[in-house]
Amino acid sequence: MDQQTAKIVARRKREDRLFKLLGIGCTLIALATLAVLLGNLLYTGFSRLDWQFLTSFPSRKAESAGILAASVGTLAVIAVTALTAVPLGIAAGVYMEEYARKGRINTIIEVNIANLAGVPSVIYGLLGLGLFVYYFHLGHSILSAGLTLGLLVLPIVIVATREALRTIPVHIREAAYALGATKWQVVRHHLVRYALGGISTGVIIALSRAIGETAPLIVIGAVTFIRFLPTSPFEAPFPHHAFDWLQSPFAVLPNQMFDWTSRPTEDFHRNAAASGIVLIAVTLTLNAVAIFVRYRARRNIKW
Amino acid sequence: MSVEAQFAQPRPGNTVLTGNTAPLGNTAPHQRPHMTEASKPASPQLPPLKAHAKKLSFFYGTHQALHAIDLPLVDMHVTALIGPSGCGKSTFLRCFNRIHDLYPNTRYDGEIILYPSAANIISRDVDPIEMRMRIGMVFQKPNPFPKSIFENVAYGLRLKGIRNATELKDRVETALKSTAIWEEVKNRLNKSAYDLSGGQQQRLCIARAVAAEPEMLLMDEPCSALDPIASGKIEDLIRELRKKYAVLIVTHNMQQASRASDYTAFMYMGKLVEFGATTDIFTNPKSKETEDYVTGRFG
Repeated sequence: MDQQTAKIVARRKREDRLFKLLGIGCTLIALATLAVLLGNLLYTGFSRLDWQFLTSFPSRKAESAGILAASVGTLAVIAVTALTAVPLGIAAGVYMEEYARKGRINTIIEVNIANLAGVPSVIYGLLGLGLFVYYFHLGHSILSAGLTLGLLVLPIVIVATREALRTIPVHIREAAYALGATKWQVVRHHLVRYALGGISTGVIIALSRAIGETAPLIVIGAVTFIRFLPTSPFEAPFPHHAFDWLQSPFAVLPNQMFDWTSRPTEDFHRNAAASGIVLIAVTLTLNAVAIFVRYRARRNIKW
Repeated sequence: MSVEAQFAQPRPGNTVLTGNTAPLGNTAPHQRPHMTEASKPASPQLPPLKAHAKKLSFFYGTHQALHAIDLPLVDMHVTALIGPSGCGKSTFLRCFNRIHDLYPNTRYDGEIILYPSAANIISRDVDPIEMRMRIGMVFQKPNPFPKSIFENVAYGLRLKGIRNATELKDRVETALKSTAIWEEVKNRLNKSAYDLSGGQQQRLCIARAVAAEPEMLLMDEPCSALDPIASGKIEDLIRELRKKYAVLIVTHNMQQASRASDYTAFMYMGKLVEFGATTDIFTNPKSKETEDYVTGRFG
């Protein structure tokens, strides 16, 4: 009997070790893929990465081309995306979690938002082209592109907001209500503040997703050869041109990179790899910020 | 406060409530002359009431959780609610500040009259927000906001529209002193409330509830998450608080009920079985169920 028990225990332990090895293997495959990708990119593009590359307009000659227009374009488009998707998404998330009656309609909306998050991004491009470019006559502009990406990441912001609100325990809400707070006071003084860590994380993840989007902006009409920047919002006389940049044509980093990749010469491929490094650096930095924000929020608030 | 002093409180005879029908107090065996002059017409045997639940029923959807409960709450005294888990103690307590209103498919029936205004707390015409400002509540688990100690106590005052910094400071200090935690926190008012121990957090929550000077206090098992020493401090505090407030407290702890309360109500299956002076409930219960429960034979 004892011997049999020992046998069973030994077998269980073997299974345990086996699964552990399997897990390590899977993790390593994922990590190795990332490492190879980054390594290849760095190997091809790093030598091309200098000040001239960051501050030059595109050019027919690969060695004098740069990503200035694309960087500024990405920045401007993401600014529009953030300014539209963040307030809308947070407001919608708060409404659905705190105000809406939990009934059939709420469930339908919930399912559809989840569906929206799964719609291929090129479809959003078509939507943006039809709605913003043609119907509202906003042109192939930074505004159209930003609004389109805003729609694209809206579900992410909504879901992140709702998840963050859901982690706030019932007894904290009840404490505020029991002192005589109205729903709006509970939301404003408590829930949104305590959820801010989770919401910010979601927002940053959403924006870093938007930065990398290529397909919808091809549809909207991002250009890849542009030798001027949008009008500065501070162009004199000051307030008159503050919004001109929204109507400007634009280039963005992923599309610039895609364009260079499709050129036949090796030099342009090096440019593509270099802009890829910039793109990855930006998104990884944003993700790191998201992790830091979440860590800070968790450290300050533990339920 | 000594045991004698505690028992020197005016006490009524205890009343067995059979089902939903017995009118409260009419069957009391004796009556103390000094109580009658100040008493409410609703129950001549008791000292002035702070609140009176009359035929209070409560429903979660179609499930009836409370069955026509009649229970007077004497002002400046502690009333303990005891009974086995799920008997409706907390549900009953939470009717007093309309916190059930936060959840869908809940329904009240009957009345809870709040004196001296004689407003019916659960009436549709009464604003639950206003009632919650007038009736403080302390929860089972210490639930300070993840804000500073000062902001926790000041929150109820801010909700009442007090903006003046000096007034806020004074009233926060008064509240913290009245809950015997001032000495422990006076040098770190701007630190997070989460830095405090569980017992301190609970006293902070009591300070938060009394800072806005409510008319009465509800306590839902305030010691169940605390160790015996911290519980002891809260009990001392409850004895202090009754000098100013009517306190309604739910407790699972028989010793606590007998030590800290003046009146005790025993509930079972959503019904009020017996209500009376705490000493009578614990030493001379009229109902068999009460006796079984307080002597530990069930529950």
